[in-house]
Amino acid sequence: MSDSHTWIILGATSSMARAFARRVSAEGATVLLAGRDMEDMRKTAADLVARGGRAEALPFDARTPSGFDALVERGRTEPGVLNAAVFVGSMPEQSAIDADPGLIDGTVRDNFTGPAHLLHMLAPEIEARGAGTIVGVGSVAGDRGRVGNYVYGAAKAGFATYLSGLRNRLNRAGGHVITVKPGFVDTAMTWGIEGMFLVASPDAVARDILRAAAKGRNVIYTPFFWRWIMLIIRLIPEPVFKKLSI
Amino acid sequence: MRWNTVECTGWGRVHRATSQVARPERLSTLSATLADTPAPGVGNRRSYGDACLNGDGHAVDMTRMDRILSFDRQTGVLEAEAGLTIGALAHVTAPQGWLPAVMPGTGRATLGGCAAMDVHGKNHHVAGSFGQHVLSVTLMQGDRRVVATPNRNKSLFRATMGGLGQTGVIAQLKLQLKPCPGTVLEVRERRIECFEDFIRALDGSQADYVVGWIDAAATGAHLGRGVLEEAQLTRGDTPPRSHSRKVPMDAPGFALSPPVVRLFNAAYYGRIPPGEGRARTRRIDDFFFPLDKIHDWNRLYGKRGFHQFQCVVPLDQVAALREILVEIAEAHLASPLAVLKRLGPGRAGHMSFPMEGYTLAVDFPARDGIEALIDQLEQLCRQAGGRLYLAKDALAHGEAIKAMYSEHGDWVAETAKADPDGAYETDMTRRLTLRSAR
Ligand SMILES: Cc1cc2nc3c(=O)[nH]c(=O)nc-3n(C[C@H](O)[C@H](O)[C@H](O)COP(=O)(O)OP(=O)(O)OC[C@H]3O[C@@H](n4cnc5c(N)ncnc54)[C@H](O)[C@@H]3O)c2cc1C
Ligand SMILES: NC(=O)c1ccc[n+]([C@@H]2O[C@H](COP(=O)([O-])OP(=O)(O)OC[C@H]3O[C@@H](n4cnc5c(N)ncnc54)[C@H](OP(=O)(O)O)[C@@H]3O)[C@@H](O)[C@H]2O)c1
Repeated sequence: MSDSHTWIILGATSSMARAFARRVSAEGATVLLAGRDMEDMRKTAADLVARGGRAEALPFDARTPSGFDALVERGRTEPGVLNAAVFVGSMPEQSAIDADPGLIDGTVRDNFTGPAHLLHMLAPEIEARGAGTIVGVGSVAGDRGRVGNYVYGAAKAGFATYLSGLRNRLNRAGGHVITVKPGFVDTAMTWGIEGMFLVASPDAVARDILRAAAKGRNVIYTPFFWRWIMLIIRLIPEPVFKKLSI
Repeated sequence: MRWNTVECTGWGRVHRATSQVARPERLSTLSATLADTPAPGVGNRRSYGDACLNGDGHAVDMTRMDRILSFDRQTGVLEAEAGLTIGALAHVTAPQGWLPAVMPGTGRATLGGCAAMDVHGKNHHVAGSFGQHVLSVTLMQGDRRVVATPNRNKSLFRATMGGLGQTGVIAQLKLQLKPCPGTVLEVRERRIECFEDFIRALDGSQADYVVGWIDAAATGAHLGRGVLEEAQLTRGDTPPRSHSRKVPMDAPGFALSPPVVRLFNAAYYGRIPPGEGRARTRRIDDFFFPLDKIHDWNRLYGKRGFHQFQCVVPLDQVAALREILVEIAEAHLASPLAVLKRLGPGRAGHMSFPMEGYTLAVDFPARDGIEALIDQLEQLCRQAGGRLYLAKDALAHGEAIKAMYSEHGDWVAETAKADPDGAYETDMTRRLTLRSAR
């Protein structure tokens, strides 16, 4: 890296985000950890500093856009290439949502509109600098609405469509957007949930994302085989799919 | 906190347990979990037997709490979460001139596991045990958080070092690291012809890191022959890492059968030229954690798993140790990995393993006849005034262990205060009835 890089990491308390932060920090990037649990993010920042990196923790709540300005401003003060990675997300159980449809708004905020709002504020800066990568973590759950998880899936699908448009836009100005669709990842979100299989480690996901970034990939599935699994799932005709519970 | 039903084993894969496991990623989750359901902490389950198991109960997997919280490069004082592995720690600090003062033979052991077993390294005779370099531990006991140091809450500190997790879950530790001039060691290996020569060589060695690899299958005049490895940290660069390999599945039963073991041992011994031996420069991780390069090597022992027997006997009990070695060699059941080492007196807790003397560690595939053999070795060790290492044990008897650990009574009193309800008990403490004085 000839230019200095900064990564704003949204949802920095996620174990995937922590693995990603360690990797970009080891490559020399400055890391701005953004999220709700400041006490925890300060520890991640301390860890990166102990390992020889530069890092700082900053408040970010996807449901409180009034706080976004300060974060974007802080990012702007860093010279060089400004990048952002979104790991923010929440997945209430479908049954909880069925019992309280009010949870839908929050799910969409956390997985889609909150991060999109922030990325929208960052986009002009990336355009102005003529460089910068945005990593958006969606999910294979966004590829098709399933009975067990379709509100979360819908939010991720919305986010994926947003990222596609943002990619189209930033591409004109030298920026790049990667949509990441993990399958099952061994994190706090999935710990203890039944029916997990082919579970990837958070660090394997982080490694896949950085490889994809280096190659300028647009949409990746991680681990890669989920592309084929989801291809099959998307090919199932709706009259059949509606009777399945997968 | 969600609990996950997990089937776990110790490293030896003989004991199995199904537990409800929580895996907190941050302190607030850990405290909420323990306030609700106090349960023993576990690390990477590199202890061989059942110390890291709590069958039909709860356990808290600490491996996701793996951050360095502060590191002072001037003083070498470092604080970290308990789930950080000792290998990862060395990897970060060695290039910055500091090394954990004590490291066990696997880099995958977590700091919490190192403290809870008060582990020793190849430098025990000069550096003492892991716990002697711990400046403070933060323990979570249900909804309480307690800090213990060698001076504050002194007896709680002693009950925690080597304390098998019985005083609560260690959330974080502060360590004093030791300076290191580079990231490599100068290693000298030489052949040792027999047991008596080995003892002499161990007694005479001037090196900081000393370990003997013995051919536990050799008998008669060759009894106790092997390779002595002596090393010093030195200035220098790091040669590139050799590739790691993974054992993809359980090996068939014959993989470690006696003829294969004899061949392996002869080759291991034979690669060192007689006389002066050989000297080479090795990376820190290659020297300290030679087996970690083969992931899941414990699967080489097949489905039934294996045992490690590790004992220490006082310096004046060389004859007893020889007898133990004879028993082992004549049983023809041992595996390639036998280690002989001289320990110093250093220990940090009531239940710490080390005592000044000689320690022997031998692996045995779990075959018929093993339990009887290990029973007999346990008795020989006890008669010699020695003790068995609980990090390795799967078969010992509570009565013998209590007799071997002279401060056991103090530990029982202290753990009763820290954990009156026995919430942190494990399969091991129940098997050995360790939490009661007799
Ligand atoms: C290849 C190999 C080589 C080894 N070489 C050596 C050696 O040279 N010297 C040596 O002394 N040992 C050695 N060991 C043993 C090993 O170092 C210890 O068993 C160590 O405790 C393993 O750490 P762990 O994190 O896997 O702990 P686990 O095996 O998961 O747990 C061990 C004990 O520590 C407790 N514990 C773990 N974490 C916590 C926590 N956060 N809070 C409270 N209690 C906790 C558990 O309850 C359990 O009682 C070796 C093991 C292997 C597999
Ligand atoms: N695990 C999987 O199998 C899997 C599969 C596909 C996709 N994903 C996606 O991967 C990403 C990371 O998830 P994970 O598995 O690591 O789970 P996680 O630990 O629950 O991470 C979710 C992250 O989002 C943050 N977050 C949630 N709501 C927020 C809000 N309103 N404002 C700010 N931050 C908020 C959380 O912060 P707090 O710590 O403050 O709660 C946390 O950092 C998520 O987008 C998830 O949907 C996961």
